[in-house]
Amino acid sequence: MARLCLLLGFTLGLLAPGAHAAGQIGDASRGQTLFSQCSGCHQVGAGAINRVGPHLNNIYGRPAAGLDGFAYSKSMVRAGADGLVWHLDTIDAYLENPRALVSRTRMSFRGFSDPQDRADVMAYLRRFTASPQDIPEAEPTARADLPDLDPAILAIEGDPDYGAYLSSECSTCHQRDGGDAGIPAITLWPEEDFVVAMHAYKQKLRPHPVMQMMAGRLSDEEIAALAAYFARLEE
Amino acid sequence: MTLNRRHFLAATAAATATASLSAPMLRAQGKPRVVVIGGGAGGATAARYIAKDSQGAIDVTLVEPSRTYFTCFFSNLYMAGFTGLEDIAHTYGGLAVGGVNVVHDWATGVDRDTRMVTLASGAVLPYDRLILSPGIDFVEGAVPGWSVAAQNAMPHAYKAGSQTQLLKAQIAAMPEGGTFAMIAPPNPYRCPPGPYERVSMVAHVLSQSNPTAKILIVDPKENFSKQGLFEEGWEHHYPGMISRIGPDFGGDVVEVRPDSMEIVIDGEVEKVDVANVIPAQKAGRIAELAGITNDAGWAPVIPATMQSRMDENIHVLGDASQQGDMPKSGFSANSQAKVAAMAVRGALTGSKVFPARFSNTCWSLIATDDGVKVGASYQATDEKIAKVDGFISQTGEDANLRKATYEESLGWYAGITADMFG
Repeated sequence: MARLCLLLGFTLGLLAPGAHAAGQIGDASRGQTLFSQCSGCHQVGAGAINRVGPHLNNIYGRPAAGLDGFAYSKSMVRAGADGLVWHLDTIDAYLENPRALVSRTRMSFRGFSDPQDRADVMAYLRRFTASPQDIPEAEPTARADLPDLDPAILAIEGDPDYGAYLSSECSTCHQRDGGDAGIPAITLWPEEDFVVAMHAYKQKLRPHPVMQMMAGRLSDEEIAALAAYFARLEE
Repeated sequence: MTLNRRHFLAATAAATATASLSAPMLRAQGKPRVVVIGGGAGGATAARYIAKDSQGAIDVTLVEPSRTYFTCFFSNLYMAGFTGLEDIAHTYGGLAVGGVNVVHDWATGVDRDTRMVTLASGAVLPYDRLILSPGIDFVEGAVPGWSVAAQNAMPHAYKAGSQTQLLKAQIAAMPEGGTFAMIAPPNPYRCPPGPYERVSMVAHVLSQSNPTAKILIVDPKENFSKQGLFEEGWEHHYPGMISRIGPDFGGDVVEVRPDSMEIVIDGEVEKVDVANVIPAQKAGRIAELAGITNDAGWAPVIPATMQSRMDENIHVLGDASQQGDMPKSGFSANSQAKVAAMAVRGALTGSKVFPARFSNTCWSLIATDDGVKVGASYQATDEKIAKVDGFISQTGEDANLRKATYEESLGWYAGITADMFG
């Protein structure tokens, strides 16, 4: 680990996210009940139209002030022009305190102070944005997190079986026989180089989006297991 | 393992009721038996991984009617001449060498009570776990006027092989300035960007051989995958060639007349030269015959293991499954297959089971060296496979990046097909 820190120039170990349960956004049915505080002004669902507030179908991924034909406040239009887009994090901030995010928004709502309330409302609203099954780039329906690992598994250092299992995700693209046309070979890569490279993707120091995504959800132990596996792979 | 090495045993007393003398039981002695139906990205991967990782402890039989399998992914590229038909053709020799019993036959029925699969030949395959990866079938009557009987006049080309060749030949034979029409499918369907990559590839061909020809997309959906990327690419590479009629203008009210090569869009008759009809889809028929599909026509599964919600002895992979957020793609099926393979080995041999992990990336080609991609990672929740993170190519990207993305897709093709077929 000392060498790794030296190579990357900062302490990666401290940045590892904590492991908590795999998360859905929240409880959508509870969110539906809470939405009664919103439905005086906002419609959502089949046939929803703009009323006092804009309709909330396809709100996820919509730029702020992004609906044609709705008279937004100047503040909201400016926020949209500045690049505000409604994702999980921005909707969460807006629902907590609308005026903290968009100073002179016309949305007259004091906010949901309880994070669980916000999560549940967001889970309910998420039902009305396109599914990633149909449009893969559609917004997530769960929160990014480490896989829900048994602590006993996490305690195993460089488990070759685990490395072999995890490697099946790699071999969809990286050929085990070391073929490297279009996609680089990772077979027989020295363990330490492998570990450093994966942490560099995880910290988004290396640029490739597929690898940032794949590495981003690997724990230190999982990276070690993979490195051990590929370093010894004979095929 | 080859056919002549397989053990043919006399029917056991328990099985005599279902197996006649002319239908010998195919059974290995004492070992747990896995039967896999469908030799595509889901089934071939699952069969290969179970055989490889169980090291002979599980008897694996793959049932696939075709001796040569053509991947749907990259079949659009074949239509535009970026790859040969032989490059997307695969056989099952590698799986046989890897210890999978490969049976080229149609599965015609599943008896879930006795755990038997019946084949068209009359043979019966007993199983401890059954893996269904049958891909898609088309919903009858989804496009009025079209049926499978009309697939030569108006090809779907949504199962690769002869249909793909036929559509390619029809495009080549289009009259100067003619019209290619695509009836796009409603959600959910195999390969969300697929129809639009196909339009791109048809435009590539026509822009060279028949530049005054037109492409008309009739689409029941308001939005589609990678829409911004495709529309930017079409404007740039094929200006004025492609138009799309969405549901606002009757794209969801369409009828076809294969005899006269007409399509009727919300009452307006259009004469076309090529009609590529991609109807609404459902799980492959064997899933329905097994009685594990829902009213929507798909097979709901438990995310962590890909087990059918209606029968714990059956796992369903890929396009046929209803799992949540993953798009129906070869990459998804391959990813799900590895999760199911681990779960099956765990159940049958007590091998270690790790938490399920899923991922997907879909590459599409818009024009020569202009590749784009969209991908995401997923995890199993109780309710569904849920998307947690993702990325998509951006509009206005540098040509070198697009070229690198295309080259990456070639690398992925080599990788996944090696992963599927050995």
